Amino acid sequence: MKQVFVILLAFITSLSVVGQSDKYVKTMESKMVAVDSTTTPAGLIDLANSFQRIGEAEKNQWLPYYYAALLSARSGYMLSNGQTPGPSVIDPIADKSEVLIKKAEELAGKNSEIYIVKKMIATLRLMADPMNRWQTNGPEATEALAKAKELNPENPRTFLLEGQDKFYTPEQYGGSKTEAKALFEAAIKKYESFKPESSISPQWGLSTTKYFYSLCK
Amino acid sequence: MKNWLSLVALVLALHPGFTQTTISGRVTDNKKHALIGVSISLKDGYDGATTDSSGLFSFKTTEKGRQIIVASIIGYRPVEQAIEIGAANINVDLQMKEEVSELKAVVITAGTFEASDKKKTTVLSPLDIVTTASGNGDITGALKTLPGAQQVGEHEGLFVRGGTATETKIFIDGTLVNNFFYSSVPNVAQRGRFSPFLFSGTVFSTGGYSALYGQALSSALILESIDLPERSQATLGISVIGVNGAYQKLSKNKKSSWGISYGYTNPALAIKLYKSVQKYSNYPVFHTGDANFRIRTSQTGFLKYYGYFSGNQLAFRTPSIDTLGYKDAFALKNFNMYHNLSYRENIGWKIKLNAGLSYSNNKNDISSRLNDQDNKEVVLQGLEFKNFGLIQKGDYLNAKMVFERRMRGLTMIRFGGEYNYSNDRSDFTNYNGQAFNSRVRENLATAFAESDIYITNDVAAKLGTRFEHSALLNKVNFAPRVSLAYKLSRQDQASLAYGIFYQDPETQYLPGINPLGFSKATHYILQYQKVTNLVTLRLEAFYKKYEKLLKTDFTYFGQQMVAANNNGYGDARGFEVFWRDKKTVRNLDYWVSYSFLDTKRDFLNFPYAIQPSFAARHTASVVLKKFVTKWKTGFNASYNFASGRPYYYIGYDDNTHAYKFDDIGKTPDYNNVSFSINYIPGIGKQNAKMFAVYVLSVSNIFGINQVYNFQYSYDGSRKEAVIPSVKTFVYIGVFISFGVDRTQDAINNNL
Repeated sequence: MKQVFVILLAFITSLSVVGQSDKYVKTMESKMVAVDSTTTPAGLIDLANSFQRIGEAEKNQWLPYYYAALLSARSGYMLSNGQTPGPSVIDPIADKSEVLIKKAEELAGKNSEIYIVKKMIATLRLMADPMNRWQTNGPEATEALAKAKELNPENPRTFLLEGQDKFYTPEQYGGSKTEAKALFEAAIKKYESFKPESSISPQWGLSTTKYFYSLCK
Repeated sequence: MKNWLSLVALVLALHPGFTQTTISGRVTDNKKHALIGVSISLKDGYDGATTDSSGLFSFKTTEKGRQIIVASIIGYRPVEQAIEIGAANINVDLQMKEEVSELKAVVITAGTFEASDKKKTTVLSPLDIVTTASGNGDITGALKTLPGAQQVGEHEGLFVRGGTATETKIFIDGTLVNNFFYSSVPNVAQRGRFSPFLFSGTVFSTGGYSALYGQALSSALILESIDLPERSQATLGISVIGVNGAYQKLSKNKKSSWGISYGYTNPALAIKLYKSVQKYSNYPVFHTGDANFRIRTSQTGFLKYYGYFSGNQLAFRTPSIDTLGYKDAFALKNFNMYHNLSYRENIGWKIKLNAGLSYSNNKNDISSRLNDQDNKEVVLQGLEFKNFGLIQKGDYLNAKMVFERRMRGLTMIRFGGEYNYSNDRSDFTNYNGQAFNSRVRENLATAFAESDIYITNDVAAKLGTRFEHSALLNKVNFAPRVSLAYKLSRQDQASLAYGIFYQDPETQYLPGINPLGFSKATHYILQYQKVTNLVTLRLEAFYKKYEKLLKTDFTYFGQQMVAANNNGYGDARGFEVFWRDKKTVRNLDYWVSYSFLDTKRDFLNFPYAIQPSFAARHTASVVLKKFVTKWKTGFNASYNFASGRPYYYIGYDDNTHAYKFDDIGKTPDYNNVSFSINYIPGIGKQNAKMFAVYVLSVSNIFGINQVYNFQYSYDGSRKEAVIPSVKTFVYIGVFISFGVDRTQDAINNNL
C-alpha cells in the first residue's frame, strides 16, 4: 500500500511538472498553426489576445509577447487595407504592439525577429498618415529592417518585408514589381534552408511570400 | 485492490486538467453597448477568450477554486473580478469604463486652431503652413487663410476679429517675442523673421486663449520649436530674392544637435523685374544668421537654445502726396537679435517644469526726407515735419516658468509666473536739428494658474486666472478665463469660452500726457466642431467687448500722437465657418473659410465709434492642394476675398477743439488668386543623399487691381490708393538638402 502511494505521488508530481512545460509548448504549438492562416482583424486580435495571456501567465517567455505584438500589428495592417483609418485608429494599436515587443525584447535581448516586428510597427504608423510621417517613420522602418538583417542575414522574413515594401511602393517612389519578385524568390530560398530554433520559434511567412510571388508573375 | 483503484480515480478526478468548466458572459461599456475584441483571461493562466461582435465570450477551463477573471482592451480600464470555479458552468457579465485618454477625450478648442503632427484636433499640419499658395512661405501668411484673420496687406501682423495687429502677441516656446516681424515700412507688409521650418507646432488662438498667455486683447500665436532634427544635414537655398545655407549636426547618440545658418536676401532683381511702386535708392539688403543647440538632458529633460541676428537696410522714394512734384524719401536701417533658451524636465512629485528665457534687442534708424525732382533734400515751409530722423532702440527680456502637475486621468493643474522687461528709447530729430527723446520702461510681473478638469471623456473644463502688475502703469489686473467642452458624439463636440484680457498701452504713444491704465477685452465664444480623419467642420460665433482703449492727442507741434486717456471702447461680433475636406475629390485637399465681422470702435483720435480701416465685414479664403504622385509635384492654389474696408480722414476742428471725420469712403473689394508648384523629385526615397524641392509661386496670378486702403495728404486735400508694391510677384527657388546618411552609424552603435 505504501509503495502504491509513493508511486502514485511520484506520478502525480511528474504529471504536474511535465504538465507545466509541456502545456506551454503544446499550447504555443496549437496557436502557432493559426499565425499564418489568420487574416481577419477580429481573428488576429483574438489570436494576439491568447498569446498575450500565455505571456502574462508565463512571465519569462519572450515568444508569447513576440507573437502578440506581431499579430496586433498585423491586425492594424488589415484595418488599413484599402482604406485609411488614420492615426486615431491605428496609433493605439501600434502603441499596444510596441509595449508588447518591448516586453519581448526585455526577455530575449535584441534579435532579428524582434526588429522585424519593430519594422512592421513603424510601417504601420507611416501608413496611417504618409504625407506627414514619411520623413520620420519611413527611416525608422528602414533602420529596423536593416538591423534585422544585420542580426541575422539568413532570416527569410527580412526579404519578405523588403519585397512587400517594393511591391506596394509606387514606382515613382522607388517601388518595383520586378525587384519585389526577386526578393520574394530570395525569401522562398531562405525559407527552404531556414531552421527554426524550436517548434515554437518564429517560422511564419512562407505562404504569404508564395502568395505575393504569385502576384508578381 | 479495489480500494486503491478508486483512490487513483479520486486523485485523478481532483487533479487539474481532467474536468472542464465553461465560463461565459458578456462585456459592455457603461452605456450597456457591447464591447468587441475584449481579451478575457483568468489571471496567471492560459485560459481565456475574446469577445465577439455581440460582446459575448465563452471558454473552457480546468482551473478550479477561487480565480480572478480579467477583461482588457485598448482604451478601457482593465476590469478584474473574483470568481469561484466549481463543477457548474459560470456566467459572468462585466462592465468596463472608458479610460480618460487624450485620444478619446474631448478637447477644449474654442477659439483655437492648431497645426501639429501629434494632436487629433489639428486643423492644419506643419506642412500646410509652407504649402499654402497665398502664404508665401511665411507663418502668418498661411494663418490669414483661416477664419478670424483679416486680409490686411499694407501692414504686417495678424488682425484678428476687429483687433489691431498689436492685439496679437506671438510666443516661441512659451515666451513672448518682441519684433516678430521685420521693422515696419510705410504701406509694405513685412515678413516674419523666423522660418516656418523652425517650428513643429503652431497654435493660433483667435480668442479665449489660456491664462498662461497675456498682454494680447485679441489673439495669441503660440509657436513650439522643433526638438531634435531627424538627421545631420546641410541645406542650400537659392531663389530670385537671395541665398541661404544651413548646417545641422545631430550627434551620434541622437541626444543632442547643433546648427547654424546664414541668409542673404536682396530682392533687387525682383524689384527691377516687377517694377515696384517704390523707387529704391538702396535696394533692400537683409543679412540674417542664426545658431541653435538642442540637448536631450534625460529621458524627460530637454534644453534648447535658439539665437538669431539680423541686419537690414533699405531706402526708397515715392511721389509725395503732401506736395505735388516732390518725393518722400524713406530710409531704414535695422539691427535685431533674439535669444531664446528653454528647458523642460519632470522634477519629481509628478511635476513637469517648463522654463523659458528670451532676450532681444532691436534698433531702427529711420530717416524721412522730402526730396525735389532731382532727389535733393528740401525743407518746405509748412511741410517741415516731412523731414525728420528717428532712432528707436529696444531691449526686451522675458522669463517664464510653468509648473504642470498631472492629477487623476487627464486632469491637470498648471501654475507659474512670468516677467517681462522692456526698455524702449526713441530719439526724434526735427528738420532743424531739435531733438526729442523719450524713454519708456516697463516691468510686468505676472502670476497665473490654470486647471484642465476632465469629468469624463465627454466633459472637460479649463479654468484659469492671470494676475499682472505693471510698474509702468502702477496698476494691477486680474483676468479670469473659462472654457468648457462637451463631446456630442465620437466625432463632434461643442465648446464655450469666456475670458478677460488686458494689455498695456502701445509704446509708440508713450509716455502719455495723463496716467493710463490697461486696455481690456472680454471674449465670449461658442463653437461647434466636427473632426473626422478626412473632414473638418468648425463653426464659431463670438462677441468681444473692448473697454478702456487708448485715446490719443497731438503734441510736439502737432506732429506726434501721444496717449491721452483710456476712454476708448468698442465691440466686435461675428461668426466664422471653416470646412476642410480631403475625401470628396480623390487626392485633392481643400479648405474654405468664411468670416463675418461686425465691429465698431472709438480709439486713438476717432471722433466717435466706427468700423476701423483694418476690419472688413466679409472675409473668405479657398485653399486647394493637390499632390500628383506620378509627377512628384504638389499644386497649390488659393483665393482670398475681403469686402471693402472703410477709410477716412480725421481732421481737427480748431473752433470746437475736437476731431471730426472730414471724409469717409470704402475701398473696393479685395480679390487675390495665388498659385504655387512644389516639385520634389526625391520624395519617398529614403536615405537619399540629396533632396531638392523646387518652388514656383505666383501671387495675384491674374493681375487683379488690388487696393488695400487709401491714404490722405496731411491736410486731407488729396487721397490716393495704397496698393501692393508689385502687382504680380513670381517667386522661383530651389532648396537642396544634403543629408548626411547615418543609418549605418546608428546600426553599428546599437550593436
